[in-house]
Amino acid sequence: MELDYDLMRRKARVIRRHVIEMIGEAGSGHPGGSLSCADILAALYFGLMRLDPSAPDWADRDRFILSKGHAAPALYAALAERGFFPVDWLKTLRKLSSRLQGHPDMRKTPGVEASTGSLGQGLSFACGVALAGRLDGSERVTYVLLGDGECEEGQVWEAAMAASHYKLNRLVVFVDHNGLQIDGPVEKVLSPEPLEDKWKAFGWDVQRIDGHDVKTICGAVRSALESPWPRPHCIIADTVKGKGVSFMEGQVDWHGKAPNQEQVRMALKELAADEEK
Amino acid sequence: MRKNEVATREAYGQALVELGAEFPEIVVLDADLSKSTMTAKFAAAYPDRFFNMGIAEANMMGVAAGLAASGKIPFASTFAVFATGRAFDQVRQSIGYPGLNVKIAASHAGVTVGADGASHQSIEDIALMRTIPGMTVIVPADASETREACRAAVLHRGPVYLRLGRQPTPVLREKWGFQIGRATQLRDGTDVTIVACGVMVNVSLQAATLLEDEGISAEVLNMSTLKPLDITALLEAARRTGALVCAEEHSTIGGLGSAVSQYLASEYPVPVKCVGIRDSFGQSGSAAELMEFYGLTPQAVAKAAVEAVGMKRRK
Repeated sequence: MELDYDLMRRKARVIRRHVIEMIGEAGSGHPGGSLSCADILAALYFGLMRLDPSAPDWADRDRFILSKGHAAPALYAALAERGFFPVDWLKTLRKLSSRLQGHPDMRKTPGVEASTGSLGQGLSFACGVALAGRLDGSERVTYVLLGDGECEEGQVWEAAMAASHYKLNRLVVFVDHNGLQIDGPVEKVLSPEPLEDKWKAFGWDVQRIDGHDVKTICGAVRSALESPWPRPHCIIADTVKGKGVSFMEGQVDWHGKAPNQEQVRMALKELAADEEK
Repeated sequence: MRKNEVATREAYGQALVELGAEFPEIVVLDADLSKSTMTAKFAAAYPDRFFNMGIAEANMMGVAAGLAASGKIPFASTFAVFATGRAFDQVRQSIGYPGLNVKIAASHAGVTVGADGASHQSIEDIALMRTIPGMTVIVPADASETREACRAAVLHRGPVYLRLGRQPTPVLREKWGFQIGRATQLRDGTDVTIVACGVMVNVSLQAATLLEDEGISAEVLNMSTLKPLDITALLEAARRTGALVCAEEHSTIGGLGSAVSQYLASEYPVPVKCVGIRDSFGQSGSAAELMEFYGLTPQAVAKAAVEAVGMKRRK
């Protein structure tokens, strides 16, 4: 398949704009970690993943599991842009009876593969999905996005052990390494570092990349899936929390705070200007 | 072990092997207790469909959820205390919330675990599982009902909690005609109804015999599905006898007694006495000694029945 990096870059900006608008409209949500993973989501949904939005239950589709469920706005934006549901739905985020819950609900939102939000559970779920794929003789790929703070959850490492034990080589994990969690820098709250060494020690094939460069993201996934070793793959993606909005970048306070109308306007202006570059 | 005694976990292991042949989508997971939960039988018969997840119950529940989301019918087994307590959030979030088709078959429930003591004796698992929306909760009374319940669990689409025991117990019936949500009347009676589940069903039958000697006619209902509760059977029993006893090898907080009392209090108030473990942890001892110590005996059930009848007459 031909990869269109310009399309991915454009979609990453559109996802970021949606994230700001959705969270602004909802009055609550998590902009920082949604913006940090926008490029990874754009690369997955507009290049890497084999999907058919008109047949969301197609058995051989690739799966994406957002283990850091608080980045739901970014996932919803990617799914809407990819055609899983109307873009209109995005403004219902977090509202009563919305199909777009505060954290992903696989029963309510087309294209959402797992109900997540309680951190540390997505990788276990993904191991089950990958095991089922193997039992079915399918070549489908299961992708997971973890937060770096999320790696403090013990269950992540239980799952890491299981994935490696069962040689789940069609499993690709991204760690959105933005360095910040609610109470401060990940290194200060409870450091899970050195992450590369830990994933390697758990038997994974590990790469470390710039998580904002779609070409690098795609290259890392391709090289992971072409690897001859029967190992699961971890891509530690260095990212900036709040990426794309100058006053949110690297600011821990924007982990879980909604922008006001003025801030929405400023953020959208920056993201639009970015597009003209 | 007496000749006609079989542990429900043993029946579970056999049932899995039979069902495995019929349903290729069944897969089984265990957390390093396969020789105790009896999933080792399935592992030997279908090694490609058995996954030992090691001593990591939280992960096991998540993996089971992912398998179910991909069309498999996973049975996840470990001791009840770990399946429901240690992995509660995973059962709630990864299995219950999306209503995934995972069968949690947990053995070594209650104090009849015996000598391992309180750390391994789950007395709150029914309470925990009942609170999860959409979770079916089944506590079979004997080995043959366990086999039927396993089949029913496979045919039911959605999460099921199946509570199994370690100790061999009498086979009460060869055939039950088990249906999810349907209680079975094991004995007729007109003065009081004893509603029981699991090992307490046999104890309650013995209690009914004791009561007969005292001139009290006791009906015995096997309420093997705790959720959804058979409210039709309960209402009929309450109307028929006007007094109930609930008997369970579980805390009196949140189990069968709570479910039955809550329902009847709002729909058809009659006296309900609860026999179970009274807000305390278990301890080491033999299964028989522990049943005696915690008042899970025919005598205790019969005494509660006499009290319930007395309350009725006070009206």
